[in-house]
Amino acid sequence: MLVYAFKRLLHVIPVAIGVSIVCFMLIHIAPGDPLAAILPTDASLELQAQMRSFYGLDQPLPVQYALWAWHALQGDLGNSIATGRPVLAEILSASVNSIILAVAATIIGFTFGSALGFVAGVFRGGWIDRIASGLAMLGVSVPHYWLGMVLVIAFSVSLGWLPSMGGGPGGSDGRSFSWDYIQYLILPAVTMSVIPMGIIARTIRSLVADILSQDFVQALAAKGLMTKHVMSHVIRNAAPTAISVMGLQLGYLLGGSILIETVFSWPGTGFLLNGAIFTRDLPILQGTILVLAMFFVIVNLVVDVLQSAIDPRIQRS
Amino acid sequence: MTKTSLRNWRDGGFLKTLRTATILGVAFAATASSAFAAGTLRIGMTASDIPLTTSQTDQGGEGQRFMGYTVYNSLIEWDLSRADKPSALIPSLATAWTVDPADHTKWTFKLRDGVKFHDGSVFNADAVVWNLDKLLKTDAPQFDQRQSAQGKSRIPAVASYKATDPKTVEIVTKSPDATLPYQISWILMSSPANWEAQGKSWEKVAQHPSGTGPWKMESGFTPRERAELTPNKDYWDTARIPKLDKLVLIPLPEPNTRVAALRSGQVDWIEAPAPDSVKSLKDAGFSIVTNAYPHNWTWHLSRVEGSPWNDVRVRKAANLAVDRDGLNELLGGLSIPAQGYLPPGHQWFGKPDFKLEYNVEEAKKLMAEAGYGPDKPITTKVVISSSGSGQMLPLAMNEYIQQTLAEIGINVEYEVMDWNTVINVWRAGAKDASAKGATAVNYSYFIQDPFTALIRQSQCNLAPPNGTNWGYYCDPEMDALFNKVRTTFDAAEQDKVLQQVHEKYVNDALFLMVTHDVNPRAMNTKVKGFVQAQNWFQDFSPITVDP
Repeated sequence: MLVYAFKRLLHVIPVAIGVSIVCFMLIHIAPGDPLAAILPTDASLELQAQMRSFYGLDQPLPVQYALWAWHALQGDLGNSIATGRPVLAEILSASVNSIILAVAATIIGFTFGSALGFVAGVFRGGWIDRIASGLAMLGVSVPHYWLGMVLVIAFSVSLGWLPSMGGGPGGSDGRSFSWDYIQYLILPAVTMSVIPMGIIARTIRSLVADILSQDFVQALAAKGLMTKHVMSHVIRNAAPTAISVMGLQLGYLLGGSILIETVFSWPGTGFLLNGAIFTRDLPILQGTILVLAMFFVIVNLVVDVLQSAIDPRIQRS
Repeated sequence: MTKTSLRNWRDGGFLKTLRTATILGVAFAATASSAFAAGTLRIGMTASDIPLTTSQTDQGGEGQRFMGYTVYNSLIEWDLSRADKPSALIPSLATAWTVDPADHTKWTFKLRDGVKFHDGSVFNADAVVWNLDKLLKTDAPQFDQRQSAQGKSRIPAVASYKATDPKTVEIVTKSPDATLPYQISWILMSSPANWEAQGKSWEKVAQHPSGTGPWKMESGFTPRERAELTPNKDYWDTARIPKLDKLVLIPLPEPNTRVAALRSGQVDWIEAPAPDSVKSLKDAGFSIVTNAYPHNWTWHLSRVEGSPWNDVRVRKAANLAVDRDGLNELLGGLSIPAQGYLPPGHQWFGKPDFKLEYNVEEAKKLMAEAGYGPDKPITTKVVISSSGSGQMLPLAMNEYIQQTLAEIGINVEYEVMDWNTVINVWRAGAKDASAKGATAVNYSYFIQDPFTALIRQSQCNLAPPNGTNWGYYCDPEMDALFNKVRTTFDAAEQDKVLQQVHEKYVNDALFLMVTHDVNPRAMNTKVKGFVQAQNWFQDFSPITVDP
């Protein structure tokens, strides 16, 4: 087991190098110049050259990459060109906000998705199923930035119940577990939850329908067990798959969402990336993409190791 | 059996829970909306981050507007007290400035008495020298690359400077340059004592800045999210001590988010509402405040060999083929149709002979004289942006212009780029490969002072890579006028020369002059006392917000 985990860990290294090279090159190939965003438009050639040298942008690309990778290995992702603040600190504070949003969205998505899926599965073929499946389909299909705007119009603009943007009344810095802050989370989290909700609902619907048709359910019913007890067996059988799907969805959501975070000015990694794209803030872009990519690599690694722990056949293959 | 259970659940617990949640929601919302004290003004900016707080702000005009002249002062500033005429320069930390009659490169600035920084330290001539060193002297301990990047290019004329006594600073320019006061107005003074107190770290100063301005930033700064400014009750200009309790700046780069924030009551004021949201904002009872200001929306024409715009008849024809009133309608009335390169009524407008009217017949005639027409059209390429600072609605507006120019035999093909790339193309010049053979670039200009308004685009020696004369325009007659601007030290006389420059701009149709933005802002009716100056910067001191 340990040997497998170690081998798998070694595989991460080339992947990490590949990811870092691709994200570095992509950003440099794209047109635009970070200095255009920060220097006044009339900056002299001399000043442009001075700034280019200050940020090391005058070096050949392989040198820039090597320097950046070397510093990144030591946990130094450099400073933002646009703001001068350390990239790592920016990413960490933004990641906390994205994680909060992702976890909230997963909880909402899982709760409602499970309920919808379960009801649809139980009443398969009936009108309740059609409504629940329709909602699940809508959740997967609706563009969430559009839904976000609709929710803002309804709950912020028309009803005035919830804030339309921001991470808290005084910014996300003084965050606390109070309504003052939670109300800022609701609309973006609900918007973000519709896709996992739809996916979880559809998964659970087919699972429940499948389980209900199995012999043991018939046997339990034939033994005279009350419906609620039969259902508890169904739920227990559906739970592992539902949880693994939820885990996958959480993984996707943790990457942040540029669209949702921009619509709600939610100060997460997506919002950070969006700003960095428009200002060509190379260190922020490189750092954020690298951290997010590495996050996926690590999630995959953990999943692989866990799967092999549960089912040793995976390890052998 | 299961259906019965579901019905019970629906009729019992669920509806009760829903009712409770609704009541709680309303109660919480009521609590939340009363959380802001009277006298707090919350502004949604278009910037994606809080502008640099250390004094020499980034984010262009918006940075200087919100984080520059609020927390800091310059030696010379703009008179922002009136809405009915373009702003002029006025004394601020300097009470007077004069040029040596015998040596036109030597300027003397007399400093204001009794001015203190927010940290209590005294503002004097040494502080001015310290601040100029911060931007220009790379080996000075306080030299800050980030501030230098913002400030150095604003004062290209400065050669040297020194404190001659605690209240006098002497600045020597590289050559006689009467535009120095405009340049100096960009340079903001931060506290040397505060920099020392913050361990000589500009990163720490960014969190705890200290200027001499009417507003202080003591706490409430969350990068990318908000900055809170409070009044400086000891401000040296007692007439401009802010009336508000607090000014909160929130970066909201996404236009729809800004509108939603205003409509949901999270902010009281937003910058630049999208033109298509203006009607609904007005209908919902919000005020839209606009005024002329030194901005234009033009096509900067290439004068490189082979460009069709080298023929003045073609340039004039294009200017006569633009339906500016139609464009104004497209923009929901939020523009001032161009009558020249500068907005109508500007002090340097002068009396140009060429009138920018919509006259397709005259345009066709000029095209025919130049040898073009529907049978022999000009086909050319123009670089435009998809959106960007001051660009208004570039795609829709350019499509409109494309249609009208086609009527007179100018077929335009667009090269659409994002704004950051357009800036690069503009800096590189029309001859550069990045322009992809375009003969014009759609650019929106900050045209507030003589250099930014008129000189930088059209002086011979400012063609790339030395400057931003994108089109390589060069006319000795125009250069002579620029020289006269720089050597005319009497402000009224200088204005007259600038009028001649502008008359030449219009009469020679140097640009495709289309429109001027009106700097729209939307605010709720609780905001009182705001006077929108005809300027990129604004004064927040007289504003109050009703409870």
